[in-house]
Amino acid sequence: MRDVSVVGIGQAKVKEHWERSLRDLATEAILGALKDAHVDHADALYVGNMLSGELAGQENLGALIADQVGLRGIEALKVEAACGGGGAALRVGYLAVASGQFDVVIVAGAEKLTETSNCLTTASLAMAADGDYETIHGISFVALNALLMKRYMYEYDLVPEDFAAFTLNAHANAVNNPYAMFRAPITVEQYKKSRDIADPISVMDSAPICDGAAALVLMPTNRLNGNGARAIKIAASASGTDSLGLQDRRDPLWLSAVEISSQKAYAQAGIAPQDVDLFEVHDAFSIMSVMSLEAAGFAERGRGALLAREGQIGIQGKLPLSTMGGLKARGHPVGATGVYQAVEAVTQLRGQAGKNQVPDAHIAMTQSLGGVAANAVTHIFTN
Amino acid sequence: MDLARNWRLKDQRFRLEGTVCAECGAKFFPPRQVCTECKSTNLTPHEFDGHGELYSFTTLRSAPMGYEDQLPYVVGMVKLDEGPIVEAQITDVNPDALKIGQRVEMVTRKLRAYGDDGVIVYGYKFRPVANGA
Ligand SMILES: [Zn+2]
Repeated sequence: MRDVSVVGIGQAKVKEHWERSLRDLATEAILGALKDAHVDHADALYVGNMLSGELAGQENLGALIADQVGLRGIEALKVEAACGGGGAALRVGYLAVASGQFDVVIVAGAEKLTETSNCLTTASLAMAADGDYETIHGISFVALNALLMKRYMYEYDLVPEDFAAFTLNAHANAVNNPYAMFRAPITVEQYKKSRDIADPISVMDSAPICDGAAALVLMPTNRLNGNGARAIKIAASASGTDSLGLQDRRDPLWLSAVEISSQKAYAQAGIAPQDVDLFEVHDAFSIMSVMSLEAAGFAERGRGALLAREGQIGIQGKLPLSTMGGLKARGHPVGATGVYQAVEAVTQLRGQAGKNQVPDAHIAMTQSLGGVAANAVTHIFTN
Repeated sequence: MDLARNWRLKDQRFRLEGTVCAECGAKFFPPRQVCTECKSTNLTPHEFDGHGELYSFTTLRSAPMGYEDQLPYVVGMVKLDEGPIVEAQITDVNPDALKIGQRVEMVTRKLRAYGDDGVIVYGYKFRPVANGA
């Protein structure tokens, strides 16, 4: 296998893009990444997306988007792993380059969630869960996370405010990210006052419904030539799975897929969790941040929330999280999110994160989850 | 909508029929064909008795399409006495009085309807019973 580097990044602003289509957003991100990489061709395109079929009546995104960006003829596929599709697309792109099959690969993530009514989007997002045994009972995706959060609070004797620091951190970081959806900081008072969607999860614990697209250009590290200056190496690419439904887990409060994919990634990169300089965590809900920190080995079981309360997750902290706003405040256009995370990790390792620059950042980790971590894709980047 | 699918699931929806592993005795709901504990494929049907305790619950204030008319409603994870966890709505209940650990039992109720002249889907929900029952 060959070493693989990211040589170009591109992204569209995350927001409710009522006036723009999926193909339009994907094209903006991909043209941006190609320009940044100083290349005008690619051998293949992999597009992370979850709901284009359900919400826009449009599948076969690979061919559609390859043609739109002027690359008609190349290999192009959609990669689906629910909300983890972006990370999964990067994994597929990585394998295509590492294997020697292709020398220039575009990885994109694109999603439009505001195409239809809010309750249809809510129903569609629940497709990440078990249709026959969860969704049929009217259990929304938020509700699944709420069930875990309530049990977690019960077992570890916590209150909702114990999770607030994740939300405050994400919003504080998004202030300086021009591509983020929410650019205003929030206070603990606002967090406490926010409306429940499914108790104990409030609007302030959960990532927004929105649209966006992001893209990367990958090349073999030993073929960088003129593209080497700002190239960032992918030191690990790994993925793992768990049961789709929570009912099938012996221990619902432990994210096995996160543990599996994180451990594979650490072994591949030859590092330990404490070597990671920043972590783009899948903070779709505060409880996912907490449980991911535990399963990925950053905190002992039951102590994930303490990391945030002790101030360790800020830009200057021991383990900066969601450094450009995370899913919570940059926004979570589900199948695109994993690619945004990679774009942000590369931005940090290039030293281009501006006011949010993590000092001496050399190792960045991203983690993209599909469903309630039924699928977990982890990448580690180094400069 | 989904006529064949709902018909196919009738044994699960009305009788909580799962499977039991003939090799190691592990019980499963939903039913599965390969035992997660010993990888045996020798599994046979097993009907759960529908009693258990509340592992967790939440009240929805925002619903997926098709469930808006039931708002607000409570869903929960029920740990059956025989082992598996089942997810379902918790019915006949004041959510403020619910607690984790509450004893519950299975009942059959309407899960959802597909419009005014569409199919009505029935299946299991759980309701509280006095602790100790
Ligand atoms: Zn067995």
